[in-house]
Amino acid sequence: MNVHLIRRKAVNVAMLSLTGVCTVLAVGVLFFILGYLVWNGGTSLSWNFFTKLPTPVGEAGGGMANAIVGSAKLLLLATLIGVPTGFLGGVYLAEFGGTVFSSIVRYTTDLLNGVPSIVMGIFAYTLIVLPQRHFSALAGGIALGIMMIPITLRSSEEFLRAVPMALREAAMALGASKTTAVVTVVIPAAIHGIATGIMLALARVAGETAPLLFTAFSNRFWSPGWRQPTASLPVMIYTYAIAPYEDWHRQAWSAAFVLLSLVLIVNILARVILSRNRHVRR
Amino acid sequence: MSSSLVTPASARLPQGRARSFRERLKAGDEAAYVLTLACAASIVLVTAWLAFELWKNSALSRHAFGWSFLFTKTWDPVAGQFGALPFIYGTLVTSALALLLAVPLGVGAAIFLAELAPPRISDALAFLIELLAAVPSVIFGLLGIFIMVPILRSAEPWLKGALGFLPLFQGPFYGVSLLAAGVVLAIMIVPFIISISREVLLAVPSDQREAALAVGATRWESTWDIVVPFARKGIMGSIFLALARALGETMAVTMVIGNDPKISASLLAPGYSIAAVIANEFTEATGDLYLSALIELGLVLFALTFVINGVARLLILTTTGRGTAQ
Amino acid sequence: MQTNAKVIMETESTDIPVDANSAPKVGAAPKIAARNLNFYYGDLQALYGIGIEIFEKRVTAFIGPSGCGKSTFLRTLNRMNETVKNSRVEGQVLLDNQDLHELEVSEVRRRVGMVFQKSNPFPKSIFDNVAYGLRINGFAHGRADLQARVEESLKRAALWDEVKDKLHDSAYSLPGGQQQRLCIARALAVNPEVLLLDEPCSALDPIATSKIEDLIFHLRDSCTIVIVTHNMQQAARVADFTGFFLLGKLIEFDATPVIFKTPAKKETEDYVTGRFG
Repeated sequence: MNVHLIRRKAVNVAMLSLTGVCTVLAVGVLFFILGYLVWNGGTSLSWNFFTKLPTPVGEAGGGMANAIVGSAKLLLLATLIGVPTGFLGGVYLAEFGGTVFSSIVRYTTDLLNGVPSIVMGIFAYTLIVLPQRHFSALAGGIALGIMMIPITLRSSEEFLRAVPMALREAAMALGASKTTAVVTVVIPAAIHGIATGIMLALARVAGETAPLLFTAFSNRFWSPGWRQPTASLPVMIYTYAIAPYEDWHRQAWSAAFVLLSLVLIVNILARVILSRNRHVRR
Repeated sequence: MSSSLVTPASARLPQGRARSFRERLKAGDEAAYVLTLACAASIVLVTAWLAFELWKNSALSRHAFGWSFLFTKTWDPVAGQFGALPFIYGTLVTSALALLLAVPLGVGAAIFLAELAPPRISDALAFLIELLAAVPSVIFGLLGIFIMVPILRSAEPWLKGALGFLPLFQGPFYGVSLLAAGVVLAIMIVPFIISISREVLLAVPSDQREAALAVGATRWESTWDIVVPFARKGIMGSIFLALARALGETMAVTMVIGNDPKISASLLAPGYSIAAVIANEFTEATGDLYLSALIELGLVLFALTFVINGVARLLILTTTGRGTAQ
Repeated sequence: MQTNAKVIMETESTDIPVDANSAPKVGAAPKIAARNLNFYYGDLQALYGIGIEIFEKRVTAFIGPSGCGKSTFLRTLNRMNETVKNSRVEGQVLLDNQDLHELEVSEVRRRVGMVFQKSNPFPKSIFDNVAYGLRINGFAHGRADLQARVEESLKRAALWDEVKDKLHDSAYSLPGGQQQRLCIARALAVNPEVLLLDEPCSALDPIATSKIEDLIFHLRDSCTIVIVTHNMQQAARVADFTGFFLLGKLIEFDATPVIFKTPAKKETEDYVTGRFG
């Protein structure tokens, strides 16, 4: 073996190992985050956390019950706004697409998806908070809802498109109108993918903090209705993390643990549903 | 009854029913078309409205400062002086640092997953990495504050020792800094680079790889010389996408960057980014000019990510033939 | 029959006694040989106990119906089969009596070159395609040497006259037949001792095919050639020796006229007379 070849071999082994190291590092970060959160956050989790309201500074025993409910409310509103719009938009692109207009819609959707979430918060602020002159869950829900639209739309379109033309034609050959065919055949065929798309959109939006900072703002108490500012998990994590109180730090870890668990569980569930579906179809 | 009465009536009735049934069908199709069209159009509407509101609400600031807003480095709310330069600087520097760290790591890992790892392991690891992309920003911020910043502080002597000759690593260091923000951003954008690059690498036709191997290239040579350049556009697209994410990242950055609107040559100094200042000062903004200036910053950020996302989508679309909303 | 085989052998200066009814006996060592080669894709066995000796500076063809393993076997001769995950080789492949698996793999592939079924030039210029192998193996010393070697390879592939004025155009600007000859030039650039051709003409028109067949005929002076082909007439035209594969086994291997006119095995006879294909 000549020297040149030996050197090439060495480079080969070195570079390929390096790529392995990169992968280990990337994956390692995930495990580190998970581990640390479980250790730090999981251990300080208490029943209080889920049931009590925040207590004044210095008092122990506070919780984040209002933040949990608040997040749930915001997500509910976001779903009501984002899912129908995104889903029906996806139906439009999949079933009536091919025009210049649908290319514009598609491009705009991707662009809207790329807008930083804080800018989305500014938008909701100018839309709702400014005229109403107060922060509200409504504004927060709208900000999150608009963020859900592009994600839901793209995944709905993708899965509807994946349904073979043959199915549509079979339905229409039996006399079904286009609408009937889509509603009774195409959508059910794509439902797994669409559902997972919605789940993933929800998980993504559940963790968003920035758009809530000046829309839903925050609240130390319960906030009934939609016209009051409301606490939410991500905002509480932020507020407590940057504050100088140990007890609040501990609560921030607990909240982070809960939030991350929910997000990851939804993501994993979505993936499982998707892969199971593929096996059934083939 | 005479047949003339019966026949026309009975003849008309089924025909009448059929017409209205057909009409109803058509109306159903029409309604569906209009409904879905409206939803699709609403997206274009919302995006345009978003841009409009940003434009309108930043008018005060734009008229007061004009283009010099982008080049002024004073940010003094008390004196009513607002300049975007410190934030633009901080945003660009932290994003550049993030790319510097994330691109080699990300492309390297993508190469491993696409070329070396057995398919099942590659899929499993890719899934784990996509989970990393789902971790909310505020959680990265939390870990940043309590883990990364202390680690960086304790690494200060080493950093100064090894790299202190560069102006980039001089001056006092409190942990919260441009460096910390850059590192956290890097960790956050790596999954995007990995998953998209892995996909485009997997899409490179295997006969290209084989042709290189067949003239005696080593595994690495065939990958680096032939496969990666073939996937070059898609990889660039993933980098642009990651850049767009980094530019707009708010929570993790504001928790570790130090929130100081100054421009300094050193990475160890605290800084500020566009998204961070909006997050911090929006609810404290007293006065219309202050608010308008912050909204103008939002407009700048919007324009920046708009352009970069556009480039990214173009690059990725032309390689894999489809865009993805992630 | 016996005479024909003898004629082929005796035109070159090697005296290998030939018995038409059995595999050619060897006086000199074969260039490349397989001993009891088994090959598996996962649990599926694709090759069964292949034993063969391929002679230097001759053209050897592998024929057989689709899926019979001839391409699979070809790829074991330069260890390209290793790019398939979960594949396993048992037995030996010997190059100049050295076990392939004990040699450095990229060196094996440089010495045993390959041209693929569908032409696969790199998205580079014509010049850079041929130069690639030279560059990575460090064969060229300086620009002038590189240019000379690229020219020589293109001449050996009978492509020089057609591309000499457009060396820096994209390889993709060439029509299919020329792209394939470019791939041959690229493979020849690193001076392989053996050239493996995996159905090189299957995507080409008859004129391009005949150009490549002429090329093969001229190349055998400098290179041992092994060609897998679907086209029996092609084997009859270009090959000195032919091996017939069926269902992963080497049924018969002999001088080409023998295989086609007086095959020893019934399966061979059935195939070459077109009773199945």
